[in-house]
Amino acid sequence: MQLTLNEVTKKFGDFTANDRVSLTVEPHQIHCLLGENGAGKSTLMNVLYGLYEPTSGAVEIDGEPVRFSGPGDAMAAGIGMVHQHFMLVPVFTVAENVALGHESTRGASLDLESTRARIREISERYGFAVDPDAVVEDLPVGVQQRVEIIKALVRDAEVLILDEPTAVLTPRETDELLEIMRQLRESGTSIVFISHKLREVRAVSDVITVIRRGRVVAQVGPETSTDELAALMVGRDVSLTVAKKPARGGGAALEVRGLTVVGDNGVVLLDGVDLDVAPGEILAVAGVQGNGQTELTQALVGLEERVSGSARLEGRELVGLGTREVLGFGVGFVPEDRSTDGLVGTFSVAENLVLDRYLDREFSRGPSLRLGAITDHAGAQVVEYDIRTGSVDSAVATLSGGNQQKVVIARELGRPLSLFVASQPTRGVDVGSIEFIHRRIVAERDTGTAVLIVSTELDEVYALADRIAVLFHGRLMGIVGPDTPREALGRMMAGEPAVAVVPPVPWDYSQQPSPSEQDNGAVVRSADAARPRSAATDRPEGNPTA
Amino acid sequence: MSSALTTPAPRPQRRDTVPETELATAAANRAVGVRTLRPALGLGVLALLALLVFALGASGQAVQFRLSEDDDAVRLPDLCVPSAPWGWFVAVALAALAVWAAVRARKLPRWAAVLAGFLFVTGFLVWVVATARTPSLSVTALLAGSVALATPLVFGSLGGLLCERSGVVNIAIEAQLLFGAFAAAVAGTLAGSAWVGLLAAVLGSVLVSAVLALFAIRFRVNQVIVGVVLNVLVSGLTGFLFATVLEPNAAVFNAPERLPLVRIPLLAEIPVIGPVLFDQSVIGYLMYLAVAVVWFALYRTRWGLRTRAVGEHPKAADTLGVSVNALRVRNVLLGGAVAGIGGAFYTLVSVSAFTRDMTAGAGYIALAALIFGRWNPVGALLASLLFGFASNLESILSFLGTPVPSQFLAMLPYVVTILAVAGLVGRSRGPAASGEPYTKE
Repeated sequence: MQLTLNEVTKKFGDFTANDRVSLTVEPHQIHCLLGENGAGKSTLMNVLYGLYEPTSGAVEIDGEPVRFSGPGDAMAAGIGMVHQHFMLVPVFTVAENVALGHESTRGASLDLESTRARIREISERYGFAVDPDAVVEDLPVGVQQRVEIIKALVRDAEVLILDEPTAVLTPRETDELLEIMRQLRESGTSIVFISHKLREVRAVSDVITVIRRGRVVAQVGPETSTDELAALMVGRDVSLTVAKKPARGGGAALEVRGLTVVGDNGVVLLDGVDLDVAPGEILAVAGVQGNGQTELTQALVGLEERVSGSARLEGRELVGLGTREVLGFGVGFVPEDRSTDGLVGTFSVAENLVLDRYLDREFSRGPSLRLGAITDHAGAQVVEYDIRTGSVDSAVATLSGGNQQKVVIARELGRPLSLFVASQPTRGVDVGSIEFIHRRIVAERDTGTAVLIVSTELDEVYALADRIAVLFHGRLMGIVGPDTPREALGRMMAGEPAVAVVPPVPWDYSQQPSPSEQDNGAVVRSADAARPRSAATDRPEGNPTA
Repeated sequence: MSSALTTPAPRPQRRDTVPETELATAAANRAVGVRTLRPALGLGVLALLALLVFALGASGQAVQFRLSEDDDAVRLPDLCVPSAPWGWFVAVALAALAVWAAVRARKLPRWAAVLAGFLFVTGFLVWVVATARTPSLSVTALLAGSVALATPLVFGSLGGLLCERSGVVNIAIEAQLLFGAFAAAVAGTLAGSAWVGLLAAVLGSVLVSAVLALFAIRFRVNQVIVGVVLNVLVSGLTGFLFATVLEPNAAVFNAPERLPLVRIPLLAEIPVIGPVLFDQSVIGYLMYLAVAVVWFALYRTRWGLRTRAVGEHPKAADTLGVSVNALRVRNVLLGGAVAGIGGAFYTLVSVSAFTRDMTAGAGYIALAALIFGRWNPVGALLASLLFGFASNLESILSFLGTPVPSQFLAMLPYVVTILAVAGLVGRSRGPAASGEPYTKE
């Protein structure tokens, strides 16, 4: 089956998410849709899948225009989709999830037996090994994703859309997924693969369509170099490498010993973690999401309930203190989800900038706020942190993701710190803002602040880290140098201790060449986009967000 | 409390089926038991109460539990329980359980909770009846009354369950029961047929549901607020109509004939449970049927799978072609129909006339039963029976004439409800998407 998008435009109000996009997916093809976060890839796929109605243009199957009024129609036409956030009912079994919407019945009652048989059959053919009676919420994400693929295959999907399928996977699971994709192509399913990860895209695609700001900017083959792809995707030369001097080292500012966090149900979410962060050093914590990183950062700032062990900042114990006291010691904290934990969406930019400091004499007098001082402060911060907002009185929720994140960063870095903890500092942020935020974090480090970064993006880890710690199921797999190969980190992220993977790192920085001066062939630290180039690409147009 | 028996046990981790290659990444986090002394403390308080009230405060009379009446076909001897020894026994047994729980320092296993509940309830029963002028209690009457009082609660909570399982919070059960009762009385009287009354109750309650569905699903108004407003609206409306129309012309509008009682031969002769289960109104039998049908439909049919999916993860259901809001509307209307039968119980079985606010908060108790029963039809049945038991105990005890002030006894059903919902049920997990309107972006 040949699937074509013909001049598809999708607008949300004034905002054009897709602008006259045309592309064709041939049978037996892995067609990659490459673009940054917010480039309009997911919108396009939701149009294809019948979740959105295109504003203009058409979807065509084998040359015939089709209209989907809902996902049901798209499925009937042979299009299956694996969403970025899995569309699985957590409390259902695999069989129930697969059967939903497509149930066979015997008389009045549900016939799950035939569904189970189909699951076993597909699972055997592709080596999925998925138990039809397992409850989905108990399964690892990699297996949940296979359940999503089975859901599509059971419905005889001829075109499978995979929306950012590797975002939640370990490197090893990613490799397994790429292998599954190749197998599916062999057996005749065409695949639309949506991603912004160049390495994976080049490894598996037959055709790559690059989308930027809602428009198709190029269609190229997999032989295209990562540099070229990055340039096409971003539209300008971006430096993801941050120029930085070697870390200063010297004693530890933050000493964490045996830090343990236990969840409500007795599961140990953070398991006896020992680590040190020196003043003027960035320790990046890598790992697949949900391996204890959130608990680590929250335990440090007093946001977790059942914490044991110790975390000393310049000799003072943090465990057992309330969040306000911890912040009072000069701890800056960027939570991983800015919209739920970092900002109050309906508050103004100015108010959000003093959320942790409204009690300071600078901003309040007795019970009343000094609104003038708050506004002045906001004006200065907006300039300093390049926050693009109409006014400091605008509700922060009206800003783009990148600018919202800059508000959080500005608030947290806006006072003298001895420890800066940031979880996913650039998630869902445009490339321009990433650059800016990274430079700011390094500048903070250079003033002698101990910095702890948690990131699931290895590119970010490589760009910032002086040392890299890897967490797996709440346990520290080890702390390694910034030049540790990607493959070795991947193995640690899948549960192999560092000692089995790489030699230990010397703790004394004076013995080590500076990370940025090293010629590290193995490290893809610049995210393929470091060198200047003269590709036929658009120049930057203002603030590439949305 | 045994309603918990019907919820599935904690799911086994079926990791053994994960392939070899997955095992490296799927190795679970270490787990440790969360030590808690809360169950021990709770049991300790119960033991102390039992000691002070049931043991030391025992009146010394023996209590006679009558298992059969004089005219029964099969006669069982009465059960005689001396109050002081039984009080001591209960206190000691609860104390032993508390010590055991303290040593264990874990969550209480279900059998222990049920055992503790049984001990305390019998302890209370023996103590309170022993203080009465005539320390004699008919077990059959106690249970039969419980079932009768539980009947509207069961229908109410089943109606609520149908809404909530598909993701719509139904606070308006009270309004549905009340309007059902009103419609049954008026239509039943006008048509001169209790069956017409039953049908009218269903339709009237569906009407309340339709308003709920319109505002909660179509206009996405906060569901709790719509529910509360409906309760107040229906209470005011029926109260007004009662005062202006029904009361002055009671014979024309408010004297429905009752639904017939059906006594099943032979089965009704079984001692104790026979008269409780097999000598009831049509609505009583409908209740068992409704629980069974709702259970089967929810867990064994296509409709049930979709309903549960829509209540847990509507977007997932939508991406699979299930029409989320249409299904919710249908289920809310269906829930109204079921609750309406419960409303009819008041005017067609219980008493044969409508009075102002005659449901007296039963809708809220039904809501509590739904939560206590963990959104499971059988659980809701058992929870309703518990609340029915508490209400019935109140009326029987005031009839027996115990020295306990009647105001305290009148609090009993509500105290049991609060304890059950707040204390015993723990953190029960309702449908994840309940109360959230669904919109396609």
